[in-house]
Amino acid sequence: MKNVWAVYKRELRAYFFSPLAYVLYVFFLIVCAVFFNMYFSAYIQWSQEYMMMMSMQQGFGARPLPNYTELVLQGITQVMAFVLLFVIPMLSMRLFAEEKKMGTIELLFTYPIRDIEVLAGKFLAALTVFAGMLLFTFVYTLLSYRVVPDQTYVPPVLASYLGVFLMGTAFLSFGVFASSLTENQIVAGLVTFATLLVLWMIGFVSEIRPGLLGDICKEISVFAHFDQFGKGVIDTGHLAYYVLFTLFFLFFSLRVLESNRWRG
Amino acid sequence: MIVAENLKKTYNRVTAIEDVSFEVAEGEILGFLGPNGAGKTTTMRILTGYSPPTSGRATVAGYDVMESSLQVRQNIGYLPENTPLYPEMEVINFLGFVSEIKGISPGDRARRIQEAMEETGITDVAQRTIGKLSKGYRQRVGLAQALLGDPKVLILDEPTVGLDPNQIREIRELIKNMLGKRTVILSTHILPEVSMICDRVLIIHEGRIVAADAVGELSRRMAKSREIRLTVKAPADEVQSALKEMQGILKAECLNLSGSDGLCQVSLATDPNQDLRPALASRLVGRGWDLYEIRSMDPTLEDIFIEIVAGEKKEVEA
Repeated sequence: MKNVWAVYKRELRAYFFSPLAYVLYVFFLIVCAVFFNMYFSAYIQWSQEYMMMMSMQQGFGARPLPNYTELVLQGITQVMAFVLLFVIPMLSMRLFAEEKKMGTIELLFTYPIRDIEVLAGKFLAALTVFAGMLLFTFVYTLLSYRVVPDQTYVPPVLASYLGVFLMGTAFLSFGVFASSLTENQIVAGLVTFATLLVLWMIGFVSEIRPGLLGDICKEISVFAHFDQFGKGVIDTGHLAYYVLFTLFFLFFSLRVLESNRWRG
Repeated sequence: MIVAENLKKTYNRVTAIEDVSFEVAEGEILGFLGPNGAGKTTTMRILTGYSPPTSGRATVAGYDVMESSLQVRQNIGYLPENTPLYPEMEVINFLGFVSEIKGISPGDRARRIQEAMEETGITDVAQRTIGKLSKGYRQRVGLAQALLGDPKVLILDEPTVGLDPNQIREIRELIKNMLGKRTVILSTHILPEVSMICDRVLIIHEGRIVAADAVGELSRRMAKSREIRLTVKAPADEVQSALKEMQGILKAECLNLSGSDGLCQVSLATDPNQDLRPALASRLVGRGWDLYEIRSMDPTLEDIFIEIVAGEKKEVEA
């Protein structure tokens, strides 16, 4: 456990020593802010129109009461999910590839530390950087709560964040796996991005070809399991999907690290 | 302290080392000598538990490198080839990280890091970023991290490669001083380094150990003749005929014929069991020639190395 902490601290420091983490933070926060602003303005405008209609006692042709969850939360979480498709590979690609390229992996693996401790320290550090990103966007939600202080929106907000967090964690586990395979960061990043993209697009198959094939593809897709969280529903099935996805690729990363030794 | 038995390692069917067996006693300093690609790094990686052997076994401080890898690593200070370090870290932070992983208790850490830094002479760059240090200082940081945790065994892979002559001298000096009571394996392809630092030398060539002996012993054993060089002011052909009459001279060869100064340098291969220098001197002077220089050339490790490697080749061809 002590070793995990040592690796974790070193790794976290490495993220913030390079401009990488800052660039990713700024990119992620700006994209999220733009879309949040867009969705939230639309929501406010719709609310005002609704109020005006109500005050005029004229129900004819009026649009229904705007829903914060549907309009703002689902929109912004989907944007986040999409942006993470680009951000996570950049976050994860250096984890092992960089150490292999520089040869420091030889130092690390000849210190009295277990492979699993190295993996855990590195993964948790990347996860922390990612969680920090999410936490910053939480500020937007808090601001919107000041404008629309409706407590019924609190559970769906938390569920949505849980969903984004779980999905990012799953992305990250795959990124770590890809990084353990190569000493080229760019390759690790591209493989991660391409794979996640395929896992996303595979969900569309169900719309083109309904039936067994479509259903299977939908179950595999990383995004299909995400929608329910955005609606405020925590379904154990979807929860299990992300947790298993993460454990699966972390397990494979560990195997790759061990096999690297055998192959020299 | 270190035992290697029939180590063999193959990468994708290419054999890197084969049948490598040796022992290193406690406190001994073993030089690992061989050209690049001979299998020095492979052997060291096996000993540090970084990559396991294809077959054979090795123990360090009584622990099997495969089965008790963690205990082995606890007892080893390793400096990998080309000194990989984290370039973005400050020296002091890097050493802090290493001491944490090596399990030095938090109370001791500051003191132990200070000791390691003093021993390797890097106290004044403690706050500097590793990536911005000169190669010589980086090498010192590499040595400092190996020393942390006070390991019983030090394994240094080409510690002086890529340094300028001044830095090489400093690092050699440093290594000599920090050895203390430790058991050390040091690899190099620079021959004088071995004779300067090591007790015993192991010559590895194309993945096999071709010679293993104490440094002085090896020189003696390998020398089939003793070389004597002399410079004399006399015509070359007369010198040669004068020398041919002497007993114990196996071969006489003029290196450069009399130039304008009339000097003649001769290289002699003589019987290794007797020193012919006094006899030579009196004979040459007796002929009325001016003797400018006479000296015995000790065989260098370089000569031995070339002889061994050349001998190997002949055997293979035969």
